[in-house]
Amino acid sequence: MNFDFSDDQKLLRDELRKFLVNESPLSEARRVMDQGLSHSAAVWSGLGGMAVNTLMLPESCGGHGLGALELCVVAEEAGRQLAPVPLASTLYLAVQALLLGAGEAQQLRWLPRVADGQIATLVAPLDGSAMVRPRFDGKALHGNAPLVMDGEAAHFAVVLADGPDGRPLLVVAELDASVARRRLATIDPSRGFAALAFDATPAEALDAVDDAETLLDTLRNRAAILLAFEQLGGADSALAMAAGYARERKAFGRAIGSYQGIKHKLADIYTRNEMARAHCYYGAWALSCDAPELALAAAGARIAATDAFGYAAQENIQTHGGMGYTWEMDCHLYYRRARQLAVALGSRHAWNERLVRELEKE
Amino acid sequence: MDFKDSPDEAAFRAECRAWLEANATRKTRPDQVYGRGLNAEQLMAASREWQGRKAAAGYGAITWPAAFGGRGGTPMQEVIYREEEGQFEVPPNAFAVSLGMVIPSLFVHASDEVRARYVGPALHGTELWCQLLSEPGAGSDLGMVRTRAERCTDGRDGWILNGQKVWTTYAQFAQFGMVLARTDPNVPKFDGLTSFFIDMQAAGVEVRPIRQASGEAEFNEVFFNEVFVPDTQRVGAVGAGWKVTVTALMNERLSIGGVMPPGLWKTAAGMMREASLNGASALADGRMRERLADLYLNAHGLWLLQARGLTALGKGREPGPELSIAKIVGARTLQDFGYLAIDLQGERGVLAAEEQGEAWRLVEQLWFGAAGMRIAGGTDEIVKNSVGERVLGLPPEPRTDKGVAFSQLGS
Ligand SMILES: Cc1cc2nc3c(=O)[nH]c(=O)nc-3n(C[C@H](O)[C@H](O)[C@H](O)COP(=O)(O)OP(=O)(O)OC[C@H]3O[C@@H](n4cnc5c(N)ncnc54)[C@H](O)[C@@H]3O)c2cc1C
Repeated sequence: MNFDFSDDQKLLRDELRKFLVNESPLSEARRVMDQGLSHSAAVWSGLGGMAVNTLMLPESCGGHGLGALELCVVAEEAGRQLAPVPLASTLYLAVQALLLGAGEAQQLRWLPRVADGQIATLVAPLDGSAMVRPRFDGKALHGNAPLVMDGEAAHFAVVLADGPDGRPLLVVAELDASVARRRLATIDPSRGFAALAFDATPAEALDAVDDAETLLDTLRNRAAILLAFEQLGGADSALAMAAGYARERKAFGRAIGSYQGIKHKLADIYTRNEMARAHCYYGAWALSCDAPELALAAAGARIAATDAFGYAAQENIQTHGGMGYTWEMDCHLYYRRARQLAVALGSRHAWNERLVRELEKE
Repeated sequence: MDFKDSPDEAAFRAECRAWLEANATRKTRPDQVYGRGLNAEQLMAASREWQGRKAAAGYGAITWPAAFGGRGGTPMQEVIYREEEGQFEVPPNAFAVSLGMVIPSLFVHASDEVRARYVGPALHGTELWCQLLSEPGAGSDLGMVRTRAERCTDGRDGWILNGQKVWTTYAQFAQFGMVLARTDPNVPKFDGLTSFFIDMQAAGVEVRPIRQASGEAEFNEVFFNEVFVPDTQRVGAVGAGWKVTVTALMNERLSIGGVMPPGLWKTAAGMMREASLNGASALADGRMRERLADLYLNAHGLWLLQARGLTALGKGREPGPELSIAKIVGARTLQDFGYLAIDLQGERGVLAAEEQGEAWRLVEQLWFGAAGMRIAGGTDEIVKNSVGERVLGLPPEPRTDKGVAFSQLGS
């Protein structure tokens, strides 16, 4: 039994935390939001400098043989700072899709671009719903993708398209000038979504895919675990913010944290966070060894982390009273991010169903 | 990360399994409960006998140091043994308090003579110990203990005990009990307490079983009427009773894993599959599927929480504060399970185990047992206070009893 991160991974955590606390304070998420940017270029390139982009890449593509557990550590720390960077689109989704569905030569064409700091994304319905698909004619993409994470900034994308024979096919597309992009207004403007229109956008089919749906299913599970770590980090820092305020703010002659209405609420948040942490670690384990329990562990991590972050974010506002309801206070940043992440890979209801389907198999 | 047994752990697991195969009967279903038709005395006798056999084979107290008759094993080995034992039909464990809390506090606070005399028989189940802390006016707030211990004035070297304890689990079966008593009412309440152990058969000790909400009688009122306690039965210094008590309460730590029946969510899934709702299997209903997921998330989450604690211990570190939430989550989860199971029976849910059949006994035990778990050993509310204050650093509530002599406190 060894159910913890290693000392080296903890060292990486300390380094990342130091970097992100300095370079990606919550004011950075706020700046991205206020200025209508797609992401923080400084934080993204800083993370690249710490070799975050190459985690999980094969050595031939610039990787270091480090893997999934390290990426989980990155996700948690980025989540803690609500870092406005395209980690999910690039590393949890596009890279994973190429790792799962591209042959060696094809990986060598695309993955080094991630190592160089390019942004990538996935164009496919992540909640499993049916969506009108772009058309792939064998060489290029045509048609619309209405909801693409980091679609404004992405350099290339893995796209679920209708192939020449009408069957769904995964392709990787160069998002060049042929793509018309429209930034979408979102509930958390510090993380961007866009609508894309492809007009003969150059693309090639992923060359090692057995079945697109099966691949997407595995991809969803992997991404859910990584995203759950971002949610966990967010939940923990929302709790820290609430506890900090509860220690200082006074009402009726004493600190509000001494009232059980507040104290027990915060203990409840802590409880949910630690249960979520347990499930996230389980997910990390399943991801790191491609365990048969991957789907179960992913759903568990996803639901527990979604609930924990949602609750922490909402009660953090409550703990701050009127101050919590101002634009100036950071509470709403968590409130926004928590909801956005909660649905970005499909809602808790859809994940609940995935979980129970796995339980039924046991 | 991995959940695999190390070679040593695998070897220990195999050893446990082989011993259990030779000494007990394997369960045929996970919700099987030992002791059909046995009364409380018979169950206790079976429990003692089983403890004796375990102790003789080296499984009686796996984590105790060898010097005290334990195996000197790791918490991981303890959990491995429990996981294996959980698959066999064995008597209920009546020694959680005796061996899990009281005796370990003797290791730290008692004299060599006391340990030499008492630890062995306790380990082998021949002598059972109970914990006499709570009183009618002192539960969550144990600082309010009123039971008095006064120095003998007749030349004997000892103390005279007067007062009353309540909710004492297994006092009716116990040979000895650890008592928290007030020796000095003129200092602040936590400073004037001292711990003693008493012979439950001593003159002046009276045990009256209390019928529990569940109908069973596991706990008791215990009255002390001029009970003589030799000073050699004092544990720790005069005035250090609170310290001794905290040692005992701390020892409860990793015990939570033992109370979550393995595979609880599978039992629930089975019940849902069989029950019907709106003309279909209840398992087809979205609300039920949500409940099932919640049950799994809590039950498996607790197992994972414990795995984290064991990993820390295995690396020679203290487990993190997250283990403090295990009791709240565990008790709540069991209570929710009890409610759910009864609901799933529909109108037949009115029936008790006598009518429903053997499999229902587990449901009944958990349904009531969980309500008790939420109170015993620190209520949910007290645990949340402690999480808030010790883990999150929130300020305590203002207190009117700080620094005030016990004798000056209103009741
Ligand atoms: C099954 C069972 C077995 C037990 N076995 C033993 C035993 O072997 N030995 C022993 O000594 N005792 C035993 N107990 C007693 C147990 O430890 C006490 O019942 C428990 O600590 C609560 O104390 P109380 O009953 O006096 O309740 P109270 O302290 O009166 O509490 C009543 C309610 O008030 C709440 N409350 C109290 N203080 C606060 C506060 N500061 N903030 C918020 N809420 C508060 C409590 O949470 C509870 O909901 C057992 C109890 C049970 C149920």
